[in-house]
Amino acid sequence: MLIKPLLDAGTAARNMAEKEARYAPQEALIESNRCLFCFDAPCIMACPTGIDIPSFIKKIANGNPTGSARTILTANVLGASCARVCPTEVLCEGACVVLDLEGDPVKIGRLQRYATDYVFEHQIDVLQAPAKKNGKKVAILGAGPAGLGCAAELAQLGYDTTVFDKKKEGGGLNTYGIAYYKMPPKISLDEVKMIERLGVKFQYGVEIGKDLTMPELEKNYDAIFLALGLGGANRLGIPGEDLPEVVDALEFIEWIHTKPLHEVPVGRRVAVLGCGNTAIDAVSQSKRLGADVATIIYRRGEDDMPAYGFEYELAKNDGATFHFHTIPTEVLAENGHVKALRLAKTETRDGKVQIIPGSEWTEEFDLVLKAVGQEKQSSAFEKLFPSLKLDRKGRVEHNPETMATSVPKLFVGGDCANGGREVVNAVAEGKKAARGINALLTKQNVTGPVQPSRYGAKDGALGSGFNHPIRVPELLAAMNS
Amino acid sequence: MADLSINFAGVKSPNPFWIASGPPSNTAYQSHRAFEAGWGGIVWKTIGDPIVNVSSRYSALNLGGQRMVGFNNIELISDRSPETNFREIKEVKDRWPNHAVIASLMVDTRERWHEFVKRSADCGADGIELNFGCPHGMCERGMGSAVGQNPDVAETIVGWVMEAAEIPVIVKLTPNITNVVYAARAAKRAGADAISLINTINSITNVNLDTLTPEPSVRGLSSHGGYCGPAVKPIALNMVQSCAADPEVGLPISGIGGIGNWRDAAEFLALGSLSLQVCTAVMHYGFRIVEDMNEGLSDYLDSKGYKSVADFSGAAVKSLSDWQYLDLNYKRVARIDYDKCIGCNLCYISCEDGAHQCIDLVDSAPYGLGPGRVPGKPVPKVREEDCVGCNLCSIVCPVDDCITMVEIETGREKFSWNDYQARLAKGEMQPIPAHP
Repeated sequence: MLIKPLLDAGTAARNMAEKEARYAPQEALIESNRCLFCFDAPCIMACPTGIDIPSFIKKIANGNPTGSARTILTANVLGASCARVCPTEVLCEGACVVLDLEGDPVKIGRLQRYATDYVFEHQIDVLQAPAKKNGKKVAILGAGPAGLGCAAELAQLGYDTTVFDKKKEGGGLNTYGIAYYKMPPKISLDEVKMIERLGVKFQYGVEIGKDLTMPELEKNYDAIFLALGLGGANRLGIPGEDLPEVVDALEFIEWIHTKPLHEVPVGRRVAVLGCGNTAIDAVSQSKRLGADVATIIYRRGEDDMPAYGFEYELAKNDGATFHFHTIPTEVLAENGHVKALRLAKTETRDGKVQIIPGSEWTEEFDLVLKAVGQEKQSSAFEKLFPSLKLDRKGRVEHNPETMATSVPKLFVGGDCANGGREVVNAVAEGKKAARGINALLTKQNVTGPVQPSRYGAKDGALGSGFNHPIRVPELLAAMNS
Repeated sequence: MADLSINFAGVKSPNPFWIASGPPSNTAYQSHRAFEAGWGGIVWKTIGDPIVNVSSRYSALNLGGQRMVGFNNIELISDRSPETNFREIKEVKDRWPNHAVIASLMVDTRERWHEFVKRSADCGADGIELNFGCPHGMCERGMGSAVGQNPDVAETIVGWVMEAAEIPVIVKLTPNITNVVYAARAAKRAGADAISLINTINSITNVNLDTLTPEPSVRGLSSHGGYCGPAVKPIALNMVQSCAADPEVGLPISGIGGIGNWRDAAEFLALGSLSLQVCTAVMHYGFRIVEDMNEGLSDYLDSKGYKSVADFSGAAVKSLSDWQYLDLNYKRVARIDYDKCIGCNLCYISCEDGAHQCIDLVDSAPYGLGPGRVPGKPVPKVREEDCVGCNLCSIVCPVDDCITMVEIETGREKFSWNDYQARLAKGEMQPIPAHP
């Protein structure tokens, strides 16, 4: 590759620093006192992991950050990373009633970060696994958010739990695939260490099907949790796609997380293909690492982009530029390296994107980042688990309550089950699967929803379990897609 | 424009706002600043035989991030000499002849009281306030609240003062007493011209949970202090009204206790005060707060058609009575405005766990979706037939005017506890059945 690092260490570190400072104790006190302490609060129901948000905020207000972190981490073991990467605007904070009262919700994410940072910084373990294990063994395939969510829950239930991952460290996309300014990898790695202290074993550098076969797993473990996420970036299907400077956006983000920031190569002129949240992460980080130009190229319009509105705003503030209704038709090379993109304008007819004939032009780029979605692992899964049923979108079919798959003893969660959603959804599914596994191995029913509701205590009034009463249209759309 | 000037038992002041005896009224310098800012009067920090103060004197109750909701001090009376204080009072009076300057005094023997009363008049003070309320430091020496807590002793000492007094005498009452009215009556019997209340309330604001020492800490040891600030306003209002309503007291009242703005001031006036004294709010924000006090009170009096402070003073005294005169046939219920409800459901849980279980959570469909109320989440609904009208839900509701207490016409005539007991005694009715 011809591209090189562009910034010195100091500038790179400054540009990539966490976008919001941690609350000082007094800031946390003031912010936490804005919470009304709603009864059966909408924010709880908007959280896929059902964190008792008013309680953890009240504990901050009462000077009990340890108890606050206990409330958070009991419900969501990755509470520290979710505090940073959750789209709170469309989850808890979007449901906060103070938003309606004052036009500005309680900053739940930042308060959650305050409490969880407190226990990590003071090395306080708020979660505990039973001293005596229950004698049952569970294998977890994938050390990403779903795998970690499942492992932590199982460890607390007394299971002997082992997590396998092909990478060198745990955390999955939390460690390798989140924009650095949202969360440096240390946060995710600290979470992995906390889960290790619960007694969970981690084996890295293990590729399932190669280093570890399914028959071995089935023989040695009472249950298996499949959380291998998604595959590589989708193919563009255009000439020049295999040039060295055409890179999967997630791979580019991984460089940022595995190299010193001032050693991350970046183009002077970066094209990012696609306009989802990963595209935003890629374009913003390109700018922050010194690219002169970083441009999103998206075949549809501004109103169609899958990225959240607040992500779009962030990218614009970082100086990213946007070519809407534009599609690349060819990556042009010079001496075997990316030189430019051949682009064309598009229009949408009857829902289909079409190239406008004669609209083509050429624009110089030296790095092209693909953020056009990740492939499903359909073919890999077919090889590993011949009897595993997938839906027509390539997602692993599962029971939504227990996360059990069509293969006995095999449970699933995270992106390979949901097709690619938020970290918090993956943790919630991991937690659900742990309860499903526990139900299977103890021959008991799964009790209660993952999201607790205090309604219905009286006369069974309305019962519980109205999950996700989200009133933010973009999230509803995302959930239904 | 309403006339804000007052004549308080002969003490004239351009407005009813006085700096209460305390740290802000310690020096001529502060008095000049207070009058320049717009205060009408100043009650000098209590003059007596010089004392020695400790270092570390104040502490506060903070609540939910709000500073100084309550305030506590273990500072004593003036630590400056009587000569200095009287000289500076004269200097202030010379410069501000139309403003009220009151000398607060605290000494022990009859002779000393006579001497200090005379020196106060000689230096030009408009009046004298007797500090019978200080709850710390001085009471152990037989002064301050040790006097105020014993109406007989108070009466004797006021008598001594009146023997020598040529200017109006105000007796400052302590709240650290079972019924403040007895102390007020004692002041009246002894011939005092007015009373002022309340002084500070015995307090410990907090304990440092690391050192296990309360603040203010003096080398690891604290002492019982005097409590004041916004948190004491309800206690002060109760005592002011009690004295104002008592037919035996009948003295002008200078209201003190948690006054921080014109609204507080108007409430103290409405319950029978004529002048108002402020200390803690000035200690928090400085003398400048008086601008809004004068402006707000003036606008309020104008808006309600009152011609003067005196015209308004006591306007709400008669709106309180003893409980047995209240109407048992009056009924109000809570009504929720679903266009305003944000769905916090605090009304539900407060009623359910903390009051009378009269709010249900019901299907939201008939009520639509308001701000904050989401599909599937139930809404609170008041069972009006069971609602006792306690007000709790309307108090906890964070949205203005969302839950209102609405009067329900019962069609029954006024019927008090006294009426009830009278009719029971005459055998005209059966006892009302107890609540199930």
